[in-house]
Amino acid sequence: MRVSLFATCLVDTMTPSVGMATGRLLQRLGQDVVVPPTQACCGQMHVNTGYRREAVGIVANHVRAFEGAEAIVAPSGSCVASIHHQQAAVARRAGDEALAQAAEELAGRTYELSQFLVDVLGVTDVGAYYPHRVTYHPTCHSLRLLEVGDRPLQLLRAVRGLELVELPGAEQCCGFGGTFAVKNADTSTAMLTDKMANVLSTHAEVCTAGDASCLMHIGGGLSRLRAGTRTVHLAEILASTEEAVTPQQTTTPSVPA
Amino acid sequence: MSAREEVLARIRTALGEDRAPAPAVVRDYRRAGDSPADAALLALLVDRVEDYRADVLRCGPDEVGATVRAALDRGLGEGWTPGTVVVAPGLDDDWRPDGCDVDDDRPAVQLADRAAAVTAVAVAIAETGTLVLDGSPTCGRRALSLLPDCLVCVVTVDQVVAGVPEGLARLDPVRPLTMISGPSATSDIELQRVEGVHGPRQLFVVLAG
Amino acid sequence: MTATVPPKAPVFLGLPTAPRGVGHLRGTESFPDAARHELRNGQLRANLGHATATIRGKRAGVVAEVPDWEQLRAAGKAIKAATMARLDEHLVSLERQVTARGGTVHWARDANEANAIVTALVQATGTTEVVKVKSMATQEIGLNEALEAVGLDVFETDLAELIVQLGEDSPSHILVPAIHKNRAEIKEIFARTIPGVDPELTDDPRQLAMAARTHLRERFLRARVAVSGANFAVAETGTLSVVESEGNGRMCLTLPQTLITVMGIEKVVPTWTDLEVFLQLLPRSSTGERMNPYTSTWAGVTPGDGPQEFHLVLLDNGRTAVLADEVGREALHCIRCSACLNVCPVYERTGGHAYGSVYPGPIGAILSPQLTGVEDNASLPYASSLCGACYEVCPVAIDIPSILVHLRAEHVEAQQKPTAEALAFRSLARAMSHPWLWHLVQRGARLGRLIARGKPTLPSVFPPPISGWTRSRDLPTPPTRTFVQQWTEEHGK
Repeated sequence: MRVSLFATCLVDTMTPSVGMATGRLLQRLGQDVVVPPTQACCGQMHVNTGYRREAVGIVANHVRAFEGAEAIVAPSGSCVASIHHQQAAVARRAGDEALAQAAEELAGRTYELSQFLVDVLGVTDVGAYYPHRVTYHPTCHSLRLLEVGDRPLQLLRAVRGLELVELPGAEQCCGFGGTFAVKNADTSTAMLTDKMANVLSTHAEVCTAGDASCLMHIGGGLSRLRAGTRTVHLAEILASTEEAVTPQQTTTPSVPA
Repeated sequence: MSAREEVLARIRTALGEDRAPAPAVVRDYRRAGDSPADAALLALLVDRVEDYRADVLRCGPDEVGATVRAALDRGLGEGWTPGTVVVAPGLDDDWRPDGCDVDDDRPAVQLADRAAAVTAVAVAIAETGTLVLDGSPTCGRRALSLLPDCLVCVVTVDQVVAGVPEGLARLDPVRPLTMISGPSATSDIELQRVEGVHGPRQLFVVLAG
Repeated sequence: MTATVPPKAPVFLGLPTAPRGVGHLRGTESFPDAARHELRNGQLRANLGHATATIRGKRAGVVAEVPDWEQLRAAGKAIKAATMARLDEHLVSLERQVTARGGTVHWARDANEANAIVTALVQATGTTEVVKVKSMATQEIGLNEALEAVGLDVFETDLAELIVQLGEDSPSHILVPAIHKNRAEIKEIFARTIPGVDPELTDDPRQLAMAARTHLRERFLRARVAVSGANFAVAETGTLSVVESEGNGRMCLTLPQTLITVMGIEKVVPTWTDLEVFLQLLPRSSTGERMNPYTSTWAGVTPGDGPQEFHLVLLDNGRTAVLADEVGREALHCIRCSACLNVCPVYERTGGHAYGSVYPGPIGAILSPQLTGVEDNASLPYASSLCGACYEVCPVAIDIPSILVHLRAEHVEAQQKPTAEALAFRSLARAMSHPWLWHLVQRGARLGRLIARGKPTLPSVFPPPISGWTRSRDLPTPPTRTFVQQWTEEHGK
């Protein structure tokens, strides 16, 4: 299948390793991966911060960038949820019915990574090797808007060498919430603290999730505490093999003072 | 413009000239018609009432009077004074323990010095363990089932229905209704349930038939 | 007297919102500022963490045992939507039915008018004491203060409301207003404020409940006037309903000569049959019980049983302004169960006081700003990480996250002058709409590498708003190349 990869603006700009891992994983699974170079953003951050009028142009760019794609895959539950639940509504509210329909049509072919692997490709064992103790945080939008359920866990359980430990209070939000993390920094930090306490209680080496944004938040907190636990995107774990272990995310703990 | 006219006008403004039609309400939840009270349904009622830490005493249709007395023995302790027990005015004579006081049109607050009350019910809902009193002569006025600290309610098997929809369908909505699910309770302190606040602290259900 | 006249409340689509200067819908500081204080209260955090975890577990258990929960939820949502679409007709029908059964119906445009109506009704009876059933509507309009201002004694009779009243505190939860207090704190309040309380009183919840029983018993028996709210009012029959647990509601609804019920206009439901849905949804969602201990219903006046004088006050106070918003009006569907508070990770940490309104938590964050006009509660729509837990548990399926997002946009779009944030978002939007501009911005982000000076994360000293992030989280140093660049270099275009 010809799969168009939507990296998301955050992965593209801040954590390219997640995009590379997603692309390599899909290639390894026999997919013809293309990366439309004019992609930018799904518009979620604008919509969720109150700039829905401004988001129309972003949606239009996204639709243009992926026009004609057979299937679109993104390593993010949140951005895919925005494509499914927000893009058409934003266009429609602005009176652009043609864009709304195009966005809806595109959304029908857009998948979050774990959904694409399990539901479309029908694989749970992607042939990965990752010899680490790992805990999984189900991000809110993948859990409640996309209802990915246990698909990421099915994928992780099939990874050779990986020891999966259950995260207490897994379904509670980590406190990221987009601009919430800045506008309500104190509350966001309080939520993060509890999430980190749960992560650390598992004694996992790695906390993984399907959203680079939540991981940047959790990882940024763990890094600040100089905790040994690091955050690694699900795609990077699944892309790892005996031959090619992908680099960890850039929020490496133990920052030199 | 009066407040009435103004509020109504505001609503009309808010909904607009071309207000959307009211959406259809699909009632595809369980609303099964009256099913005969079988053994499983009665067992469910008993289980749910007891879960609220109320006591259930089962008896045959002819043993109600004795069972009501047994309930009062438990609630008030053996040797209770019949005069401290007040019953609904329409309660079956056979159900009323000898010497009990029958509620009349005295001021309601005077019921507060009675130790126990005995009433019938209009409907009992098994799934939620709910008894409904409807202010009829057999159930008595609302204060009767409220002020005495111990309440005994007699339920006959034909009054038991499975769920809330069936229960409400049997009731007259313009009567003063009281739906009782266990003794009065509160969860206001650390969300820990404590039985017994202002309403009766003890509830006995006599299930007859 | 030189009372300062508060500025007029804002108008939404020509409809007045709840007036300023009366009631409890507006806080004195923004949510982030209020939250900052509350988050430091370790006792509050512990109390709330314990209480919300308990109730979440109970709710989940009793909801799971109902096989048709989703069908009930859908029916609840549809009934509420159908009610709003014909709200005027249902209210007129309710008025006709209540009047036909011996009650008197009053209409109140806002809090001031409702307070004046109730005050006059109470004064007409000649009593000096009022017993109250817990009611959100009367909290909203500040009725207690209005009654006390004319010298009446007002007794809250719900245990948690009593704790709040005796502690000179304010409610922090819709269902359990004293949820922020633990047993030891409640014991201290009772020992200090209840005259003649047992000096041996301990912090055992049963003993505390019994102390409240003793304290209120005599007041119930002598009360001549009670004030209540209403959970539901049936338009076709004139039936009012109060759902409660302790029996304090029954005392107030049964014993006094006069009953005054204050009800928001959105509480009407069309038919008696509709209650079969809500009486299943509400108790399981609120206290996590299959059914609450007591539900009372009454229609007008019943000779020989209960109050012989009944007044129903129908309250607008900004509700019609909410109704005018096609997206936001769903907030009027709320049945005040508080399930959304109990699952909200923000509420669980900040508590209810941070919201500044009697309606805290997720539902408060969409209801309060709409009742007051969004500019008067501008920070509330942002007081959510949009995690969606509230929508998941709402028994009438109110899409709270979508309404929060909608209100954020309403706030942004109402700004007269563009803020720095707006300018930044507009510039970013322009960039994200044009690939070449976007690539330029991405290249600009790489300037962060200069600040990082070879370290894996950026320094934590940044000006706002970035400091909001960096105060507690490291920010990774931007990479040298974007993903698209890397991929294109490896694989060609």
